[in-house]
Amino acid sequence: MNYEIIKSDSDKKWAELTNGSIPWIRISDAMCCGSSLGSDEIIDNLKKYSAENKIQINISRVGCHGICYAGTIIDVLFNGNPRIFWGYINPKNVIKTINSYIQNGEILKDNLLGSYGDELIKGVPDFSELPGIKYQKRIALKNSGNIAFDDIFQYIANDGFSGLNKALHSMKSDEVISEVKNSGLRGRGGAAFPTGVKWSFMANSKGKKYILCNCEEGDPGAFNDKGILESDPFTLIEGMIIAGYATGSTNGFVFIRHGHEGPIVRTEQAIKQAYNNGLLGENILESGFSFDIEVSLTGDSYVAGEETALMESIEGKSSKPRSRPPFPAAYGVWGKPSTINNVKSLSYVAEIIRNGSDWFKSTGTESSSGTAIVCLSGNIVNPGMYEVEMGVSLGDVIEKLGGGIPDGRKLKMLQTGGPLGGVLGSDSLKVKIDFDEMAKAGAILGSGGIIVVDDRTCAVDLTKSLVAFCQYESCGKCFPCRLGMTHLLEIVEKISRGEGQIEDLSLMNKIGKNMQAGSLCGHGQLGYNPISSALKHFQNDFEKCMSGDCPTGSCKERKIVFPINTRPNAWQVKVGM
Amino acid sequence: MLEKYTDDYILNIIENQHCKTHTMLSSLLTVQDDIGYLPKNSINVVADFMNVSTNDVWGVASFYLNFRFDPPGKYNVEICWGPTCHIGGASELQQIALEKLNLVNQGDTEDGKVSLKFNTCLGACPQAPLISVNHKLHGKMDVKKFSKILDKLN
Repeated sequence: MNYEIIKSDSDKKWAELTNGSIPWIRISDAMCCGSSLGSDEIIDNLKKYSAENKIQINISRVGCHGICYAGTIIDVLFNGNPRIFWGYINPKNVIKTINSYIQNGEILKDNLLGSYGDELIKGVPDFSELPGIKYQKRIALKNSGNIAFDDIFQYIANDGFSGLNKALHSMKSDEVISEVKNSGLRGRGGAAFPTGVKWSFMANSKGKKYILCNCEEGDPGAFNDKGILESDPFTLIEGMIIAGYATGSTNGFVFIRHGHEGPIVRTEQAIKQAYNNGLLGENILESGFSFDIEVSLTGDSYVAGEETALMESIEGKSSKPRSRPPFPAAYGVWGKPSTINNVKSLSYVAEIIRNGSDWFKSTGTESSSGTAIVCLSGNIVNPGMYEVEMGVSLGDVIEKLGGGIPDGRKLKMLQTGGPLGGVLGSDSLKVKIDFDEMAKAGAILGSGGIIVVDDRTCAVDLTKSLVAFCQYESCGKCFPCRLGMTHLLEIVEKISRGEGQIEDLSLMNKIGKNMQAGSLCGHGQLGYNPISSALKHFQNDFEKCMSGDCPTGSCKERKIVFPINTRPNAWQVKVGM
Repeated sequence: MLEKYTDDYILNIIENQHCKTHTMLSSLLTVQDDIGYLPKNSINVVADFMNVSTNDVWGVASFYLNFRFDPPGKYNVEICWGPTCHIGGASELQQIALEKLNLVNQGDTEDGKVSLKFNTCLGACPQAPLISVNHKLHGKMDVKKFSKILDKLN
């Protein structure tokens, strides 16, 4: 199919939807803001209301606005007015809010977030001035919250697939790679490796090649990969096809954990719509390039997110890492050259091609161009998924976007980059969100998760929870990780019980060093990070706990029940429960 | 005991699986989605279907933590104990669940009604602490609300 034809068709549909004659209601329906707060019932109630009162409305389920704290968010475009947003909507208050507006033209002040458009309404706050919106800079998430995640025409009407069209019809594959290289895009999955360079590794090999998109997001505190797939799966699909074209690949897999229904269903739906419109399969957009994408599911295993373990899992085996070399670009899934990219990395690609690499490079910092999608959770007033420009300080993210620490407490720790990342102290607020700056400070940006912890939590308590996670999720293949994590957890648990000794610190250091030297993948190599980084900033907490005097009392209050690990080669933790 | 799920029944599920690329893992996931657990004979059926050994299939089935080998309870209760939920008070939720369900760790209740699982991340951290009942998430949980939910499971 020809791009111009689909585009003009989509534009027509979009114009009908937005001309204001029929109220267009958009409901934020991602995992955090929607389904966990009852969005299905909200939609049911709206449909019932529309049928009973014979009022025509268009309802679209859209993605995340980033301000998860105000979920569920609903907005109406009607009657030539700008979009009016309400937050904290539930199945009970939705009808009253909508009915007053579309029947009586009255904008209810309850839960009103603001209006958004060129001309604002007097007496209604400006939605784009909300801190959670104002301080965001959206590139990968530009469509999120604005278009339906299940309607490819809305995506195309908003310039969707124009990047792909440009790449296929006016660029050679190596030009696409140079463009991405020049953009300075670095991998958003954790290792921060330049995406364009990664692609170039397998560009020259022949035959079947794979693009693997990693959405095995098990990091507690990170939910942005799932957030993207739930909010706008088309952006990812477009990015994957461009990656496929650049590297000469034939097939793509989107790798998601079984049970995460939102991302799975929405991605499959988007893939199907792309096939139906000639955007996937044979001869995409009449360019002669063919590419297939399917969703691959994995079972519950955190290590499956490691690139070689991921390939094992796609092949249907246990997700245990392979040794490298050979590297995936030479010997990947089913022995064929493969490139693994994170969801976030691929989600920038379409915009980079559409607007050019120089445009992308103009945002962010010298070494980390573009934006970071950070997930704020923990002891924070406004938790959410915020896309911010690289170079913004952690303090700005926490104070301006996050709204600071609730209940008048003080910030104590920041846990960044997933459980294997690191713990930072409250003196880290000046640190800039940037791959290299964060690494210098002793943490990683990683997948973008930031867990904010206030002064009610003891560093030993937090560390215990992180180490317990890492121990439980060790795949068991290499013994330094399998035994080391167990030993580390037993020691941290002992310290938190008040029975530790000062020698334990050097013992943990020794175990950690061995794990780093002797493990195949990052899980074991970085497994000591949560402890070493916590010790760097909070050794005092450890020493106090050793003498039975937990500085906050949280070690005593919170008794984790460590789940029995059912993996056959797992080592059970023996602690005084 | 009568085998409720015959080999043919299971083969039919696997042959009609949703995933285009058929693997050991995709077949096992499909069986569990349909039946709720992996009956003993399903391992052999998957092995025949994929043309691999029973050992290979057992290896995969016992590795991933979501597979079960006996029928699940009517209610599947999961409590997230990841770090965000931990600082939000997940351990109290664990304690109250164990107390109310008369269990010492994750597992099934004596009457087989409830299957309790501790999950490392349910994926909606802004709403921490989280629990889920039959895969429906309930955010911003506390002991009082959770007790009520548990009391209603019958």
